[in-house]
Amino acid sequence: MTGAFELSMIPAVLPEIMLILLAVLVLVLDLVYRDRENSALGWITAIGLLVAAGLGVAFSRPASEPVLLFGGMLRQDWLTFTFRLIFMVGAALTALVGTEKSGKHLGEYYLLLIISTLGMSLMASSANLIMLYLAIETTSIPLYILAGFKVTDQKSVEAGIKYLLFGAMTSAVMLYGFSLLWGFSGTTSLYELADALKAGSAPPVLMGGLALLVLVGFGFKVSAAPLHFWAPDVYEGAPTPVAGFLSTASKAAGFAVLARVLLAVFPDSLPFWTVVIAVLATVSMILGNVLALVQRNIKRLLAYSSIAQAGYILVGVAAGNELGVTGVVYYLASYLVTNLAAFGIVWLVGRQVGSDDLDAYAGLGKRNPAVALAMLLALLSLGGVPPLSGFFGKLLVFGAAVQAGQFWLAFVGVITSVIGLYYYLTVMKIMYRPGTDEQPLPMTPAWRTALLACVAGMIFLGVAFAPWYGWATAAAGSLF
Amino acid sequence: MGFPILSLIIFLPLAAGLIILALPADRKLAIKGIALGAGVLSLVLAVIVYAGYDLAQGGYQFVERMPWLPALGISYYVGVNGMSVPLVLLGALVITAGVMISWRVEDRPREFFSFMMFLGASVQGVFCSLDLFMLFFFYELAVFPKYLMIAIWGSPKTRDYGSMKLTLYLFIGSVISLVGVLAMYFAAGQKTFDMLVLENAGFSMAFQQTWFLVVFGGFAVLGGIFPFHSWAPDGHVAAPTAISMLLAGVEMKVGAFAALRVAIMLLPEGARYWSLLILILGTINVVYGAFIALIQTDFKYVIGFSSVSHMGLVLIGFATLSREGLLGAGMQMFSHGIMTALFFAVVGMVYDRTHTRNIGELGGLFQKMPIAAIGFIVAGLVSMGMPGFSGFVAEFPIFMGAWRVLPLVAIIAILGVIITAGYILLVMRRVFFGKLPEAFEKSVTDITVMDKIVVGVLVLLMVVIGVFPSLMTTMIESGVNQILALVGGA
Repeated sequence: MTGAFELSMIPAVLPEIMLILLAVLVLVLDLVYRDRENSALGWITAIGLLVAAGLGVAFSRPASEPVLLFGGMLRQDWLTFTFRLIFMVGAALTALVGTEKSGKHLGEYYLLLIISTLGMSLMASSANLIMLYLAIETTSIPLYILAGFKVTDQKSVEAGIKYLLFGAMTSAVMLYGFSLLWGFSGTTSLYELADALKAGSAPPVLMGGLALLVLVGFGFKVSAAPLHFWAPDVYEGAPTPVAGFLSTASKAAGFAVLARVLLAVFPDSLPFWTVVIAVLATVSMILGNVLALVQRNIKRLLAYSSIAQAGYILVGVAAGNELGVTGVVYYLASYLVTNLAAFGIVWLVGRQVGSDDLDAYAGLGKRNPAVALAMLLALLSLGGVPPLSGFFGKLLVFGAAVQAGQFWLAFVGVITSVIGLYYYLTVMKIMYRPGTDEQPLPMTPAWRTALLACVAGMIFLGVAFAPWYGWATAAAGSLF
Repeated sequence: MGFPILSLIIFLPLAAGLIILALPADRKLAIKGIALGAGVLSLVLAVIVYAGYDLAQGGYQFVERMPWLPALGISYYVGVNGMSVPLVLLGALVITAGVMISWRVEDRPREFFSFMMFLGASVQGVFCSLDLFMLFFFYELAVFPKYLMIAIWGSPKTRDYGSMKLTLYLFIGSVISLVGVLAMYFAAGQKTFDMLVLENAGFSMAFQQTWFLVVFGGFAVLGGIFPFHSWAPDGHVAAPTAISMLLAGVEMKVGAFAALRVAIMLLPEGARYWSLLILILGTINVVYGAFIALIQTDFKYVIGFSSVSHMGLVLIGFATLSREGLLGAGMQMFSHGIMTALFFAVVGMVYDRTHTRNIGELGGLFQKMPIAAIGFIVAGLVSMGMPGFSGFVAEFPIFMGAWRVLPLVAIIAILGVIITAGYILLVMRRVFFGKLPEAFEKSVTDITVMDKIVVGVLVLLMVVIGVFPSLMTTMIESGVNQILALVGGA
């Protein structure tokens, strides 16, 4: 077996080790300073996550050739590297957004966030079915709790339970798929499965069926239609920063494994699954955008929009080429900063006004012009308008579709993004209409920092393409 | 590479917009001052470019190039030729005029002027692009200023409808051409968005014929092509004055220019294949737009539909693919740009003072605002194609070109001009002459000095170009030569 444990493998998982230490630290601090106001915890979590991300950049850079570690459990490659950055930055921003001065169980909140991030990081690097499943569950279980974190709020509890039930269900189907994969091939290693299946001359129909079973689990994670039903209810009920985290980092984790598993395990049935993914993408884009049109609650609107965005990103997967995966990685980074900014603002408004109704946004342009401007930028980025990052992400995935000759998919994509623009513009318009209350909303320093970082990210990714594009290409290259 | 004058023209408004946004909202004079300063400065730069363009040398000049994303062959690549130089001038001119006309905007001037500056940067970026990606980037940059300026500062009755309709129409058009642009990129297989390389990419006949329609159609929506023109009157009417001027005066040219630059110049065989269709659609634009304008009772809608009608002439000029037609189209883009800007400016002035746009309620305003009336009359004469004004220099070659291709089109289009004369004279008489309604005796005041300067400068330009057409025709001819070298023909 390749790469049994050696001490030299430690740097490769340094960020993960850092996360575990951070989790312990947060837990201890919370126990020791239980009675004090502990707004510092959010900062500590965020800084710790960024340190972990920094360690990843400094010490866990993959070699030119991908390496299998720990008995083939993990794979150190550029996909791991880029996605780890996405998750950790996303978690850090989420930690900053939701920083309250005081509150119950804050320590647990951050602990769960960190553990879930750890799971995502392992998801992106898993090269083995068992490891993959464990990583997915490590990610999901804390998220179930986080979604239902406001135990006194019925909606939040409902969100948590709904998420749990959907998650458990799809996870079971996926696990069944995994077990069949193992049964037909006798191996659990992602990178040996393809050959083993071929050697076992598994019939194409079976391969297609297996791909479908596995896709159920991943489709749930990325909230692609028709596995999207949980998203609006969960986003609406869950604490807003958690909803933001679910829609960005958790979705990104889903895409990481989706791309890796499809390309590594099912390279031979590529013509089949590209069609399946293309169909999922089409349905997601149409359904998400059309249903978002009628929403009056901003969190539900963003939930349907996130389904639509999953559709756009799937276009990149469906292309099945390197540009497509590059586009996926670029899009996800862009979507991370964009949607976290949007959810951050929703959190601010919701906390102050006590409502997530669209009408609560009337007058925001007068109340906090800077916040309104940030929301404007986030919505434009979601709509795919330059000079914001969403534009370039869309360009890449649609470009990949065109390169793969899937013109119809590109056309569906661009036409539905016009529908998307409609409701984004509607929100924009409401913000600049006179509202009942003109008191500025108070912001915490942590929140300000997070929002500023998001806006800077949106503009940076939307204007200076080269740095992240370079890493995204490398990530794509490690799958082909 | 010398002084980065084109970059300055593009980024000056952008920087001004950002600075304005950073100012406190109550520094109104500073906000307006910066906007005006940026406008005037970019106008000066545009004049320098116009005067400094070396006709003997031709081709693309003032070129600047910087890698943007080398991995995909995207670069920041600007340069102007005879076709785009007048448009750059037009853009700077109308932005400056727009700032001056909006001097009295009191509702959130910070956002207003800042968004207007962004719009200005967007149009200049398109006119100067030599990189297809960059062209598209700047083209789309206009989406949000356009929408918000109409939705927030537009006329309350129709702004919701007008702004959304305009934005969605234009966004649909642009994203459809985006797919076409991507198809061109991959079909060329050179991993570059450099339009000068793509010009010689040797696209197959079938490819050109298929994708020309997608690319041209997408961009031409912004040019107001029939049957996708209906955003134009609704959007223009809903918009605040300065934005109507910019939309009809410059943005529609952006659409036409992009259709010419990308679709016709990069897919010439496709252009030849579909030229008859465009010719017919353009003719419908001219005649249909004019007829609809004739029956409008709203002052601003008349001008809105007249834009549709006049942009039809530009399309006809393109579709002839001949020297005369393209020359006329180039002239018409500039001439119509300043003419319609002046029209909308005067409409705005009238509305601000009378609070009505209903032609039936207006009358005798010549007594109250003579300069505005003279401006309207001159713009009217230009729009009728009267010799001695810029409109004639533009329309005559278009008819010549059309005659050579299909005489019937020329005849019908000339008929459209007669209808134009009809509605212009009708409006002129009803609004500016006749009896001044009593209500307006006291309430209506003369236009401000700023307004007079705008009217004066635009009128002067229309006359000067009409009398000395060679000031501009030589410039545009050098651009036409470049186009003809690609599409073939005399």
